[in-house]
Amino acid sequence: MTDDELIWRIAGGSGDGIDSTSQNFAKALMRSGLDIFTHRHYPSRIRGGHTYVEIRAAGHEVQSRGDGYNFLLALGDSFARNPKEEAVYGDEEIKPLSENLDELREGGVIVYDSGLLEDDDVAELNLEERAEENDWHVFPIDLRGMAKEHGREVMRNTAGVGVTAALLEMDLDHIEDLMTDAMSGDVLEANLSILRDAYEMAQAEYEFEHDVRAPSGEHDEEQVLVSGSNAIAYGAIDEGCRFIAGYPMTPWTDVFTIMTQNLPKMGGISEQVEDEIAAAALAVGASHAGVKAMSGSSGGGFALMSEPLGLAEMTETPLVLVESMRAGPSTGMPTKPEQADLEHVLYTSQGDSQRVVFAPGNIEEAYDQTRMAFHIAYEYQIPAILIYDQKLSGENKNVDESFFDREPNPTLGSTLTEEELQEAAHEASGKFMRFQSDPDETENGVSPRSLPGQKGGRYLASGNEHWPSGHIAEDPDNRVLQMDRRTRKLDSIREELDEEHDSQQTYFGDESADLGIITWGSQQGTVEEAVERLNDAGHAVKGIGVSDMMPFPDAELTEFLESVDEALVVEMNASAQFRGLLQKELGRFGPKLTSMLKYNGNPFEPGEIVEGFQIRLGGDSAEPTAQVRFEPAAGD
Amino acid sequence: MSAFNAIGEEREIDRDEFTPGNEPQPTWCPGCGDFGVLKALKQALPEVGRNPEEVLTVTGIGCSGKLNSYLDSYGFHTIHGRSLPVARAAKLANPELEVVAAGGDGDGYGIGGNHFIHTARENHDMTYIVFNNEVFGLTKGQTSPTSPKGHKSKTQPSGSAKTPIRPLSQSLNAGAGYIARTAAVNPNQAKEIIKEAIEYDGFAHIDFLTQCPTWNKDAKQYVPYVDIQDSDDYDHDIHDRTEASQMMFETENKLYEGEVLTGRYYVDDESPSYQQEKQAIGEMPDEPLVERYFDDDYEWERSYDLLDRHK
Repeated sequence: MTDDELIWRIAGGSGDGIDSTSQNFAKALMRSGLDIFTHRHYPSRIRGGHTYVEIRAAGHEVQSRGDGYNFLLALGDSFARNPKEEAVYGDEEIKPLSENLDELREGGVIVYDSGLLEDDDVAELNLEERAEENDWHVFPIDLRGMAKEHGREVMRNTAGVGVTAALLEMDLDHIEDLMTDAMSGDVLEANLSILRDAYEMAQAEYEFEHDVRAPSGEHDEEQVLVSGSNAIAYGAIDEGCRFIAGYPMTPWTDVFTIMTQNLPKMGGISEQVEDEIAAAALAVGASHAGVKAMSGSSGGGFALMSEPLGLAEMTETPLVLVESMRAGPSTGMPTKPEQADLEHVLYTSQGDSQRVVFAPGNIEEAYDQTRMAFHIAYEYQIPAILIYDQKLSGENKNVDESFFDREPNPTLGSTLTEEELQEAAHEASGKFMRFQSDPDETENGVSPRSLPGQKGGRYLASGNEHWPSGHIAEDPDNRVLQMDRRTRKLDSIREELDEEHDSQQTYFGDESADLGIITWGSQQGTVEEAVERLNDAGHAVKGIGVSDMMPFPDAELTEFLESVDEALVVEMNASAQFRGLLQKELGRFGPKLTSMLKYNGNPFEPGEIVEGFQIRLGGDSAEPTAQVRFEPAAGD
Repeated sequence: MSAFNAIGEEREIDRDEFTPGNEPQPTWCPGCGDFGVLKALKQALPEVGRNPEEVLTVTGIGCSGKLNSYLDSYGFHTIHGRSLPVARAAKLANPELEVVAAGGDGDGYGIGGNHFIHTARENHDMTYIVFNNEVFGLTKGQTSPTSPKGHKSKTQPSGSAKTPIRPLSQSLNAGAGYIARTAAVNPNQAKEIIKEAIEYDGFAHIDFLTQCPTWNKDAKQYVPYVDIQDSDDYDHDIHDRTEASQMMFETENKLYEGEVLTGRYYVDDESPSYQQEKQAIGEMPDEPLVERYFDDDYEWERSYDLLDRHK
C-alpha cells in the first residue's frame, strides 16, 4: 500500500451528479500533472442507491484501482429523502457514508454532508470510535447549506469539491477553469462562489492534522482523460466506421452513445433499432453494401445476435461487434463487471465458428485492438468481436494526446473496384465468382468481393452453403473446399498477427521468473501492479495479459508456460473459462495452472492478487481475506 | 464520379437479363404460386428501367427465400425472418440501390413480425413482397400465422385455435406508406402493383397470395379473384386511411370465407420516407455513404480532433 497517492472516493445516490463532478475533479488532478485511473461503482437504477466513483491519482503511472482508498466525500443520497407513501428507502440516505467505511485506509479523511445526513443516523455508525481506531480524520460539513446560500441544493457537490481541494492543499485554478469551460451565466457564478467559500471556510476553520495531500507530478506532454468506451469508439472512427446499429443495454450503451454523438457530424449513420437481432442484421446489411459498420451489445443482447453473426461468417461479410460483459447469467447484475461471456462469444451460433475475438487489456489496447478488429474483418471478410466488460467500459485513464495522432484507415480491405472487377473471374453466365474455392487462387482463404451497384459484380450472398457464384449448393466436394477455405482464413490471420504486427499480448514482471500470473482482458492493469509489488517484495514473478482469444496465440502461450513451473490464472468468473480455453488450445500444461476466480460483482484489487499468489504459489497457508475462489490445477 | 456505374445506367433493359444465364433448377413444386412472383418481378423491373446490377433483392428463408436464386441481380439470401433489417441497412448505406425484400408469411408475419412492424413504422424506401400461402411449405405444411382458424397440421392436430394475422391491417397500423394485395393467379395486376411499389418513395408492402399446390391442396388457388379497383362493388379512397382500414378488414375476413379480394388498399402520398426524414434532421448524408470509400480526395475525420472535451 502506497500513500504517495490519492484515492478519492465521491459517494452519493444515482442522479446526484457523482459522474460529472468526479470527471471534472479527475481532469483537474490530471492538469496538475498527475496520472489518473478511475473506477465506477453504481446500482441498476435511475435515482438513488449507493453509487461512487473513485479517482486514483499519483505522480507515477497508475493502471488499476488501488487497495481501498484514503479520502471519502460522502454526499449522502439526496433521493432517499421525502419517501412517497409506498416507498421504503430505509437507511439509503446514509449509505454513501456507511457503506464505504470498511475500505477506507488508516489515516484516511472523511468529509460528509451534515446538512443532509442526520446526526442520529451518523451516531449509529459508531463513527467516532472507528475514527479513533483507524486514525481517520472526520469533517462533518453542511455542504447543502453552503450550496443553498449562493445557488441551489444540487450544487453541494461543488461545495464538497471546494472542501476537498482545501484539505488536500490544492490550488483551485484547474477546477475553476474546468467549471468555466462547462458552465456559464448564473450557474457558473453560483458554483464559483460556492467553491471559493467552501475552500476558504475549510482553510480557516480546521486544523490540518491529516497526512493525506494531493501528490505532485509532471507530464511531458498534453494528456487526455479517456474511458475504455471512448477508446473503442475512437478506434472505430479512425478505421472509417461510419455506420452503427444498436439497442440500449448496460454497459454497451456507452460505446453506442459515443458513436451516435459523433457519427452524424461526420456524415455517418447511427440507427437505434427494435432489437439486437435487427442491430446485428443492419450492420451486416450496411457492410454488405460497402460501408464500414459495427454493432454490439452486452451478454443478453449479444445472445440475440447469434444468427446474424453466423450469417456474416457464412456470407463472409465483414462485421465488427463489441460485447461489453456484465455479471450474468440472464439479467444478472446489470451494472457490475464480470468476464463470464468468453465462451458465449467464442462459440455462439450454429456450425463451426469462424470469427476473431480480441480482449483488450487496457484503454490504449481498446483503441488499438478495435482498429485491428476492423482491419482483420475487412481484409479477411470475417466477423471480429471485441470482448470487454463494465470495468474497462467505464474506467478513465490519462493518455498522451499524441497517442491518438494517427492516420485514418478507411480502406474496405479485400473489396474490388469496378475496374478490378472487369479483370476478375466470372462464370460463363456472367456472374462474378465471389466465392472462389480453388486453394491455389485463395491461398490465405480470402476471395475478394464486389458491392451491389457495381458493374460486373452481381452475385448471390447466401447463408446456405454455395458454389463460387453464390448459388446454393450441397455438393460434397464444393462443401469441403468452401469450408476449408473459410477455415484457412483463421490460420492466415494468426500468421499475420504473429509476423506483421506487434504482439497484442502484454508481458510484464521478471522475465527469468519460474512462477507466472496469467490474465486476460480488463484485469491486466491490476495484475501488472500486483506482479510489480510481488517482485518488489522479493518474489520472482512474470506476468502476461492475453488479448487474442481467437485465433489463439498458441506459440506465445506455449513459450510462456514452458518457461514457468506454475502459473496462477486470474479471471473474473466462476467457471475458469479462460483457463479452459488455454487447455483446449494448447492441450497440455493443465497441471501447472491454478485459477483465482472472483465473481462477486467487483473487479480485483491488486492486493487481492498479491495475497492469492502468496497463498497458492508463494507457500503461505492462510485463507484469503478477499471474496475469491481457487480452482486447483488438474490432478491436484 | 460514381464507383457504382450500374446505377442509373441509361439503356434498354431486356427482361431476359433477369434470368440467370446458368439457371439453377427451381426447388419450387409444379404449380407453385412462387413462379408467379418471379415472373411478375422479372417483367416489372425492366419496365421501370431497372437493370440487374442496380437491384438488390434480400430474401428470408423458406421457398420464397429462393426468389433471388432464380432472379439475376445482386442478391442476399439471409436468415429466417431477418430480410428487412439487412435490406434497410443496405438502402441506408447506398440509397441509390433499388432494394426489394421478400419472404413468406411465416418469415415476415411470424418470426420476423417485429422487424415488419418497425420497418413499416420507419417507412424505409423499399419494396417488401410477402409470399402468403397461409402455410409453412418448405418444412412440410405446418400451420402458419396466416393459416385460418381451425387449420389442421402435424403441429396443430386438433386445428389451430388461433385467429390468423391481419397482414394488411397490421401494415397500415404500423405505418407502411403503400399497401396492396395481389395474387399469383393474376400476373398482370401483380406486375403493375410491383411497378407501383418500386416507384413509391417509402415502404411499399405487397401481400402476395401464392397458392401452395402441395400443402394447401383444398382449393386454395385464389380463384376467382376480384380486383377491387375494377369492381363496381367496391369504391374506397386509397388515400383515406379510415376507408382503407375498413376495406382491409373486409378483405381479410372474406379471404377465409372463400372470396379473394385484391388490389391497392392504401397509398400515402404525403409522408416522407425514412431517408428523407433522417436527412432532414442531419443524421444522414446527402451523398450515398458508400461512395465516400471510393473518393480518394475525401478528408477522413479523426478522433484526434475530438479530444478537446477530454482535456
